[in-house]
Amino acid sequence: MTKDIILAGVGGQGILTIATILGTAALKRGMNLKQAEVHGMSQRGGDVQSHLRLSTEPIWSDLISLGRADMILSVEPMEALRYLPYLHEDGWIISNSTPFKNISNYPDEESIYSEIRKLKNHVLIDADGIAKEIKASRSMNIVVLGAAIKHLGFGADEIEDAIKTIFARKGEAIVEANLRALQAGLSALSS
Amino acid sequence: MDALMLLGDEALAQGALDAGISGFYAYPGTPSTEIMEYAQRVKQAEGIHRTWSSNEKTAVESAIGMSYAGKRTMAMMKHVGLNVAADPFMNSAFTGANGGLIITVADDPSMHSSQNEQDSRFYGKFAMIPVLEPSNQQECYDMAFYGFELSEKYHVPVMIRLTTRLSHSRAGVVRRSPLPQNTLKKPDDLFQFMLLPAIARKKYQHLIELQDNFVEEAAKSPFNLFALKARDLSKGIICTGLAYNYLREAFQGDQIPYPVVKISQYPLPEKQIHALYDSCDSLLILEEGMPLVEEQLKGLAFKGSKPIHGRLDGTIPRAGELNPNKVAIALGLPDTFGQAVPEIVTGRPPALCVGCPHADSYLALNEAVKEYGRGHVFSDIGCYTLGFMPPYNAINSCVDMGASITMAKGAADSGLFPAVAVIGDSTFAHSGLTGLLDCIFDKSNVVIVILDNSTTGMTGGQDYTAAGKLEQICEGLGVEKEHIRTFVPFKKNFDEMVQIYKEEIAYNGVSVVIPRRECVQTLKRKHKMEA
Repeated sequence: MTKDIILAGVGGQGILTIATILGTAALKRGMNLKQAEVHGMSQRGGDVQSHLRLSTEPIWSDLISLGRADMILSVEPMEALRYLPYLHEDGWIISNSTPFKNISNYPDEESIYSEIRKLKNHVLIDADGIAKEIKASRSMNIVVLGAAIKHLGFGADEIEDAIKTIFARKGEAIVEANLRALQAGLSALSS
Repeated sequence: MDALMLLGDEALAQGALDAGISGFYAYPGTPSTEIMEYAQRVKQAEGIHRTWSSNEKTAVESAIGMSYAGKRTMAMMKHVGLNVAADPFMNSAFTGANGGLIITVADDPSMHSSQNEQDSRFYGKFAMIPVLEPSNQQECYDMAFYGFELSEKYHVPVMIRLTTRLSHSRAGVVRRSPLPQNTLKKPDDLFQFMLLPAIARKKYQHLIELQDNFVEEAAKSPFNLFALKARDLSKGIICTGLAYNYLREAFQGDQIPYPVVKISQYPLPEKQIHALYDSCDSLLILEEGMPLVEEQLKGLAFKGSKPIHGRLDGTIPRAGELNPNKVAIALGLPDTFGQAVPEIVTGRPPALCVGCPHADSYLALNEAVKEYGRGHVFSDIGCYTLGFMPPYNAINSCVDMGASITMAKGAADSGLFPAVAVIGDSTFAHSGLTGLLDCIFDKSNVVIVILDNSTTGMTGGQDYTAAGKLEQICEGLGVEKEHIRTFVPFKKNFDEMVQIYKEEIAYNGVSVVIPRRECVQTLKRKHKMEA
């Protein structure tokens, strides 16, 4: 099994945490992993992306080829669209619908949503709203992850284990908030 | 041992630690910063030198000194940092090493966070030393051991060249059992580090004589691969470092029908490359960076008429990093593409953070220089370079570390008024002091603004050598006390800030203005840790 995932967002929105959680779950299964990150100038409020590759086979390139990504997992709707050249025709786009507006010419939100809805396989959820509702407003990224894991072939229990491992040193309350966020993301999908 | 998930940078640091390193020396610079940060974070590195240096030159010199004392050491920098360290770097090839000496340079092809995409392998060749170019995270780890051994075997510094996609990509790395550090041991030959002309000439001769050994080492290197037997000889492929991964990716991990040479250790093993050339109808060269191998092959060594394809003939685009698609196209394999980016998607360039002190400093500076029109503010390398972007449009140059002060000086020398330099506090420590001394010596009519956010911001908030001492340093160098002005850059202080800028512009001589307020990112982190 190979899963090539483009993680997208704006610097500081928590896409590397998503990568770490998925990576931990994949390692536990004994899968290979490569994860290319963006550091430096581009992190200062600009668009950021991470290429996450998980496979039972050896992985060569650190970068995903254009047209071959199984998923674009985005914590910001316009950023989801920025990486469409990478998406395989059968691939999924899973995105938060809450825009992050740190530029003055941010496009009309409805036009962004309609571009996302044009895609065969898409999930668009208000992850910020959901996170706030369940009193885990800093775990918006985990809500989006929750909406994605079914399509990545991971069970909720595997991701829960990874969350417990990664957030353990931050204390029980943070672990619980992230587990709630994961569940909320999962059920947002089925509603 | 279980595999660790490490960035290429971290894998190299872990390798160096396990290989018995006694000191890391570096100045932060993307994509090399995480090597030192890893060393600063792990318990294993306690007692090993791991604090930041003022700049890359002082870092390399300190590493040479540690090598002199018989210990294993590494200096790390980004590609343009090697320009700063070029003097000790080039001369270290002549002095050679006593304890293992590795110079690690992380290049940034495609300029993700840099002002150029120079390829450090050219420096390695220029210095005539062995260069190692890992293709994956495990090789980063292993090459630390190998590099120190090679360095100590020939008493020569060894370069390890990384690129962004390896430095900042994570994968599993398997560790070996750690080696002890070297014991303190002065060089056997006390002339070794003495580059007086008469000795240097002998050193150069010795370095020339070593070249054949270096080629032999590359020919039997565990990191180079010579798969010369293949079914399709219409094309032979030479790939360097990371390019090998893209080649394997292009064939989806299947066997490659063409003969392949993978180079991860230089100088080029000529015999094997000749054999490849002789057996194939044409060559395709895949390099992450500039066409170093391609130019060498097209040089005098090969008088043949077979086509050699690569960056020079456009088979691979001349500029920018490689990716799997560029390599597939060069191989004549089908290209893949998802969908075009919808037109409504707009750019989201990096910007100063909300609440950044630089923003307030710039808005006041804009007001103070408004009457002279744009084109009077020389800047430098750091977060504050983003002040070029709207809504600030506050600066007009960015060339290299420290150039703000000296460019302002040159412009002032030619009569430009006002001439304002804007430099970060860490950049000032890196390369600003000597330029300021030039200004003082000539009594140049400049205003030097040292934006003090008390950290090295752009690379993620590292400490730096001049922290807390800026006024003392400026005064010590000779700036008049009454022309060293400080303020706290907040919107509410706008009028005061403009007034201070204006007064110092009016003063005919060297002024230093220091807006001082902590970086919002490091402040946020501190609050988080306290909470």
